[in-house]
Amino acid sequence: MAFDLSALGSFLRSDDPPEAGGYPDPAPRVGFFTDTSVCIGCKACEVACKEWNAIPEDGLTFTGMSYDNSEHLGASTWRHVAFIEQQRPMGAPSSAAPAAGGSGGPVDLGMPAMPGGAGAPAAADDGSGDRTGLRWLMASDVCKHCTHAACLDVCPTGALFRTEFGTVVVQEDVCNGCGYCVSACPYGVIETRKDDGRAWKCTMCYDRLGAGQEPACAKACPTDSIQFGDLDELRVRAQARVEQLHEAGVPEARLYGADPNDGVGGDGAFFLLLDEPEVYGLPPDPVVTTRDLPVMWRNAALAAGALLIGLAVTFLGRKR
Amino acid sequence: MSGQHGDDRSSANGAVGNGGRNGRHAATGPGDDGTDVRHDPHAAPDHDAVPRGLTAGAEPGAAPGAGDEGFGSGGFGGRFGGFGSGGGGGRRKRRGGGRGGEDLMVPEAEFTSYYGRPILHKPKWETLDIAGYLFLGGLAGSSSVLAAGATATGRPALARACKVGSLVAISGSVVALVHDLGRPDRFANMLRTVKPSSPMSVGSWILTAYGPAAGIAAVTSVTGWFPRIGKLATFAAAATGPAVAAYTAPLIADTAVPTWHAGHEELPFLFVSSGAMAAGGLGMIAAPVAQAGPARRAALIGGVAEVAITRFMERRMGLPGETLRQGKAGTLMRAAAALSLGGAVVGGIGGRWSRAAAVVGGLAAMAGSACTRFGIFEAGVASTQDPKYVVQPQRERLEKRAASSGSSSGDTQGRADEWAA
Repeated sequence: MAFDLSALGSFLRSDDPPEAGGYPDPAPRVGFFTDTSVCIGCKACEVACKEWNAIPEDGLTFTGMSYDNSEHLGASTWRHVAFIEQQRPMGAPSSAAPAAGGSGGPVDLGMPAMPGGAGAPAAADDGSGDRTGLRWLMASDVCKHCTHAACLDVCPTGALFRTEFGTVVVQEDVCNGCGYCVSACPYGVIETRKDDGRAWKCTMCYDRLGAGQEPACAKACPTDSIQFGDLDELRVRAQARVEQLHEAGVPEARLYGADPNDGVGGDGAFFLLLDEPEVYGLPPDPVVTTRDLPVMWRNAALAAGALLIGLAVTFLGRKR
Repeated sequence: MSGQHGDDRSSANGAVGNGGRNGRHAATGPGDDGTDVRHDPHAAPDHDAVPRGLTAGAEPGAAPGAGDEGFGSGGFGGRFGGFGSGGGGGRRKRRGGGRGGEDLMVPEAEFTSYYGRPILHKPKWETLDIAGYLFLGGLAGSSSVLAAGATATGRPALARACKVGSLVAISGSVVALVHDLGRPDRFANMLRTVKPSSPMSVGSWILTAYGPAAGIAAVTSVTGWFPRIGKLATFAAAATGPAVAAYTAPLIADTAVPTWHAGHEELPFLFVSSGAMAAGGLGMIAAPVAQAGPARRAALIGGVAEVAITRFMERRMGLPGETLRQGKAGTLMRAAAALSLGGAVVGGIGGRWSRAAAVVGGLAAMAGSACTRFGIFEAGVASTQDPKYVVQPQRERLEKRAASSGSSSGDTQGRADEWAA
């Protein structure tokens, strides 16, 4: 190509945290490690966040989605606790053989009296079905404060900026509510408020960070499911926790957003999950959309050139 | 066999993570039997009590074997759940069990999600404002190029029509864009910075350069004042017009909206074709047959290219491409294809002899271009409303990466390579 796309790519990422976020002398990058294995779903984080940041009410709805009543991160929901109820065998021996042609197998759904499924729960090890039980997953979701943050990249006014702590914050006195960040976020976090027009999201309590305090949600979390600290240290701690869980017989424990080589360069707020990310409403492999922007600009330039030349060609030939 | 089958399923259940992936195979694997969590009547009781995440998580072994894919996904499952080949084997064999009267208590899920809720937010942009702007911007930018050509080759009626048309279109664009802001009074904040990483920022500067030029070109053309400045403005507008027509593709593609982003390579070419067709349509409607030759050719070439590139793009998009065929977007895209081709043929060819054909064809071409823009806009919106358009392509990507590396360290390497590329 006429110009070097990878050079353009690194130029577009030049002020991301690996390059100190554009600060000559930045503070260590901070973040959240949300260990969902110890979340008890108390929603203290949601409440603390609302209180500290004076966020307006976000709808008093009954969703029917277990104990979830805040539904999704949004303009007025900066912490969202997800509740997932799962039926799964609890320690059922893997050798439990289902009756030939039987309908159950070791998978008991715990549904009362499945029609035609006579004896289905009997396949469980003790016949009472007690060993197959409910697993309740709870997870407090939050803005990921991506290393390569799409919302920040696409913001045309500069309202979104990288703080000296490596977090991503909206300046509400600059935002003009164009909504570009809303569509750019691969996690569906940032959103505009209808009555106010501007975009809002978690600031990681920028005001508290400036005063040497930890964010309100982490402060309020009674089980230390939400841990705040230097990102490097949190990553080490999270890795140790995963290994601990694996040893304890929880092989499904995995980190989400902790890998600095993932599609967003790693999250400033990352998670320990007990199931696939999409079960919690998280995208399994998010990629910052601006990664492909060099290709888009190249193709747009080629297309613009083609339009100019193509229309010029229509004027060739006899005059008619 | 049956016993082992049970074993494997149990193992797979332990590997909770397998649910989504297996489920996806259910939809896309060669052995797809079409069972879908959303359509299977057996799903009803589960739906009431438990999220879809559970549905798939509890029944990974129920996914069809998908024959040759069994190995790759089995290994992949092992990476997370530690049950490696066991899970794969179970999957491979299950199909027989499924057919042999084993009622699917939990249907095969094609993917997992959080209560079926969208992962992404719906674009905040109003359809009329932004899809309308995509159309008007393309029309304005392309018209300015036609206007300059017409000025240079002595086609005054065509030149004037295109200049006035582009001024009207770009004025409408700016009104729509400002109207769409959450804080319209802060529209000038767009010019606080220059950000190449933001197509909207770049676009604001492109419009700042283009708008006044297009305006001066139109006013001088109609009034006859300052002919030399008018000529200068005409060519300045023609130089920046293609940027106006083309940048709107990165504008919408540089988002996480599955359908828009999936078309990021083709959309620039699609949008300039569409813009050229619309400008050609405008020229055919407004200029006499004797002067409208270039407009007819623009509509003909643009129209055919627009339809061809749309087909090409749709095919390359993968799963999100189906949003261009369904619902409101599907209707708009079908109308767009008919109007664009109809306009290209009736106006572009028939317009050589008949003024009436030129007007009808020109209107069809403009309507076709508008339908294309509204169709693509609506398809993008629809793709944010169903989490499968987010989850499935990303799952496929993960699996492809896992298949090519086979280890988690390779996984990381693969990603690093993608970045470097």
